[in-house]
Amino acid sequence: MRFDDTIFALASAAGKAAVTMVRVSGDKAGPALRRLTGDMPLPEARRATLRTIREPADGDEIDRAMVLWFPAPASYTGEDVAEFYIHGGRAVLAALLRTLGGLEGLRPAEAGEFSRRAFEHGKLDLTAAEGIADLINAETELQRRQALRQSEGNLGVLYEGWRARLLNIRALVESTIDFSDQELPDGVLDQAAPEIHAIADEIDAHLADDHWGERLRDGIQVAILGPANAGKSSLINKLVGRDAAIVAPDAGTTRDVVEVQIDLAGWPLTVADTAGLRAAEGAVEAEGIRRARALAEAADLNIVVLDGAHWPEGGEEVTRLADERALFVLNKCDLIDEKARVARIDGHGVLNVSCKTGEGMGDLLVRIREHLEARHLPSAAPLPTRARHRHALEKCLESLYGCDIDVGQELAAEELRLATDSLGRITGRVDIEQVLDIIFKEFCIGK
Amino acid sequence: MSNNTSTAKAFDIIVIGGGHAGCEAAAASARIGATTLLITHKLETIGEMSCNPAIGGLAKGTLVREIDALDGLMGRVADEAGIQFRVLNRSKGPAVRGPRAQQDRALYRAAMQRELANQENLTLRADEIEDLILGRDSWVRGVITAKGEKILAARVVLTTGTFLRGVIHMGTKKISAGRVGDPATTGLSETLNRAEFKLGRLKTGTPPRLDGRSIDFGCLVSQPGDDSPQPFSYMNDLISQDQIDCFITATNETGHNIIRKNLKKSAMFSGNIRGVGPRYCPSIEDKVVRFADKTSHQIFLEPEGLNDHTIYPNGISTSLPEDIQLKLLKTIPGLEQANMIRPGYAIEYDYVDPRQLFPSLETKLIPGLYLAGQINGTTGYEEAGAQGLVAGINAALTVAGRAPFVPNRGDSFIGVMIDDLTTQGASEPYRMFSSRSEYRIHLRPDNADQRLTAAGIGFGCVTKTRRERFRRKKIELDASRNLLARLRTTPTQLSRHDIKIRQDGVIRSAYEILAFPGINKENLRQIWPDIGAIQPEIFEQIEIEARYSHYLDRQAADIAAFKRDESLVLPVGLDYNKIGGLSAEARNKLHMASPTTLGAASRISGVTPAAITALLRYVKKSDRIVPRGS
Repeated sequence: MRFDDTIFALASAAGKAAVTMVRVSGDKAGPALRRLTGDMPLPEARRATLRTIREPADGDEIDRAMVLWFPAPASYTGEDVAEFYIHGGRAVLAALLRTLGGLEGLRPAEAGEFSRRAFEHGKLDLTAAEGIADLINAETELQRRQALRQSEGNLGVLYEGWRARLLNIRALVESTIDFSDQELPDGVLDQAAPEIHAIADEIDAHLADDHWGERLRDGIQVAILGPANAGKSSLINKLVGRDAAIVAPDAGTTRDVVEVQIDLAGWPLTVADTAGLRAAEGAVEAEGIRRARALAEAADLNIVVLDGAHWPEGGEEVTRLADERALFVLNKCDLIDEKARVARIDGHGVLNVSCKTGEGMGDLLVRIREHLEARHLPSAAPLPTRARHRHALEKCLESLYGCDIDVGQELAAEELRLATDSLGRITGRVDIEQVLDIIFKEFCIGK
Repeated sequence: MSNNTSTAKAFDIIVIGGGHAGCEAAAASARIGATTLLITHKLETIGEMSCNPAIGGLAKGTLVREIDALDGLMGRVADEAGIQFRVLNRSKGPAVRGPRAQQDRALYRAAMQRELANQENLTLRADEIEDLILGRDSWVRGVITAKGEKILAARVVLTTGTFLRGVIHMGTKKISAGRVGDPATTGLSETLNRAEFKLGRLKTGTPPRLDGRSIDFGCLVSQPGDDSPQPFSYMNDLISQDQIDCFITATNETGHNIIRKNLKKSAMFSGNIRGVGPRYCPSIEDKVVRFADKTSHQIFLEPEGLNDHTIYPNGISTSLPEDIQLKLLKTIPGLEQANMIRPGYAIEYDYVDPRQLFPSLETKLIPGLYLAGQINGTTGYEEAGAQGLVAGINAALTVAGRAPFVPNRGDSFIGVMIDDLTTQGASEPYRMFSSRSEYRIHLRPDNADQRLTAAGIGFGCVTKTRRERFRRKKIELDASRNLLARLRTTPTQLSRHDIKIRQDGVIRSAYEILAFPGINKENLRQIWPDIGAIQPEIFEQIEIEARYSHYLDRQAADIAAFKRDESLVLPVGLDYNKIGGLSAEARNKLHMASPTTLGAASRISGVTPAAITALLRYVKKSDRIVPRGS
């Protein structure tokens, strides 16, 4: 991949549409725009202009279209960018792409290449670039919303905000070290300790999201557990078959357990079927049960399926799973009469369903949703979406907790440097010159 | 080389310039054993302090210690000529303290000139240099004097300070000069231009000088030095020079109004000056404009010598016309009757983009030519001296066919400065700040000898007396460290000696106990009388290490990681256009700085982690990674 090439690609969704947009980015975007518009002068920057698009070779008209011209660096990629808003037919698009491809130094863009150039030119921070990648991969509504907000920079703004505040404190501390022979105002450091505590609290609260940002991005883990033959697989099939639950196209990433991906009202669920819990008869089965337990341990939600026909047989095994992540379901309720139905297990409500008749399935979906929303209402507050964010934030926090202005300013400065570097590593920005800039702006330095 | 008619005897090395960079360069190359010629306009101004009469200060004090650790001159000369010693940041941790000393300018010059006169292998000559001699292979071959004489040399070190197309500004007056009373150098600028060096323009300023006999010190606050002056040099235990006080006064609104009214007459504001000035050393008119709400700015009145009435008013550097300067002085307490010996001025000069240098300070465009000091965009005596030292060492080492000495960010402030200059360039006059260093807890003023002297001994720039002294200190340090690590006890035992630390039952060494706040040598001596025998300065060194041990361990790990990146050498003349995945900006910046290692590349602003990955992939694929030194 070369960065001096000029690249082009369809930038709107594929398929028939009223208007389709093709974007060209790079040094030759300007010449390309002129070649395709009969060598007319470039339109005024950032102003929608109507032009006739022609084949440069024979002057054949391709389309009459709106074009936009964004000279570098004020463009999406930071390079010269030309945009063609053509009529959305396949033939028009094909003709335009073929013509662009025929121009010297132009080639089709690779996936994500526009965003990558934007990042390289400092138009996006690293989190926004990640957001764009997530947006392209988002499969459910909630994932889409989270990724969109991140691509718009909400995480970057949050982290850069903390970093800017910490850089300010660092500048204050450094000024008392490197410019202590100057007339600094009294009480320069008075606000430092409270501000450090405030930022540490905010980062701490941000991290206390119970990993929901990452879960939302990676899929929420749901384990289906229960005694053998309680109807676990039937339940999954039933969930998948419901109109409300759509099976993701790349379902069934095989581990040792069968997994199905479901979009439940925007929640991306990864539902795992597990081996039946009972006293194992063979080594293989024992291993399966061990894995089922491990899965239950790590899951965000455990749906415990009980066999209505044999209840309370095997009950002891499953009541151990009764915690706030558990949702108890008594299957085969069509086989038992009203009076024999179970309402509670260990204080947990039990939902009576029948995979066979479909009874109670609607209620189950509602309960799953309620359960997820009770633990985490989708909110506008940005969440860390990658393990790398969490790791760097924890490092930052560790430095902030270790930062004590009263013990030694040079040591406090060291911790603040590590803290700002940790945040900078998330957004891709680290620079000492910023600290000096702040000092020289704030204080009259110089004897 | 064929024309021998007016060619003088050849030297290994010629140093042009007798300022702080030139003196260190010439002395260092001669110490290593290279025959060296120092050429400067006037021998009498060798070692001149053109601006403030002080050496050291915050971060700069560490540079002086590092120069001294490599047996440079500045520390010893400043100890001899110092008339007021103060350690700045004394109330803060030892890592950020700044030894500083006011200097008697005449004594400083005399001591520096004596050092050079006594230096073996070194010849001094007063002359003006018109141009460089370049061979067909573009290597430097020597210099041509203004009279047309050719002097041959294998290496040339250029330390011309503010003399390259220097222009002095005072009000609307412009004078071509390198310093008041000394002519500027113009021929060399043209030569550097022809060789395609990127020249920029910087400016700096200096305050008026006052006659101390006309100042009313009685109404001013005095600022004495430290009770027991601490020498710069590791070779000195005591300061024998008489010590004096400085005085403090301040500007006020009356004076500020005079400045505001006459702002258009200041060279800085009239548009006469294009050069970029240092933000940390603004003129008084700058301060009044930028910090309009400040009603007063401090001025330190610093005597320029024991037998010199000249006073340097530190804090009012200016380029206002002379009559306005006088008017301003009249408004300042204590200076109402002051006579101005000479007015302040601003000076503009050429500098070379230091990204056109290797970290050895050899230029990339003319092999064999080294640049040091203000010509590289720095400001300050200490910054200049440190570069001169490195340039002189490397000129001498390479002429003997040996590998250059490249100080790095992990071993010295000198390394931080040279890395900053050669990777980032200088957009304003570069001054050392301790905050520029990531490893400040390790790069302290107290341990410069432990960091650098052994290396200096290795390449032969450390003379015998210092070698001996260093060796003895090292033996004592090691023995004392071992002793403190060997002596161990429990918290219960400690509490019997009134030392209160956590009662966690952990057996700790005397060294580990020293890391707790409030523990001193006397506490430990009561438990272990042997500790009393450790020399105070040796104990202090170990005490500092113990207090910082947690941070030092962490920095040691960081430095090891840093050195791994530094060992990935990038080939000279790497074509960045051939490397995929580099943005236009990254490619430009890399091309401009031509970093010599992957580590250096990663520190160039505008070069993102993605670009570094692309670079790493490229050099790995082409199997071009050669460990340094092989």
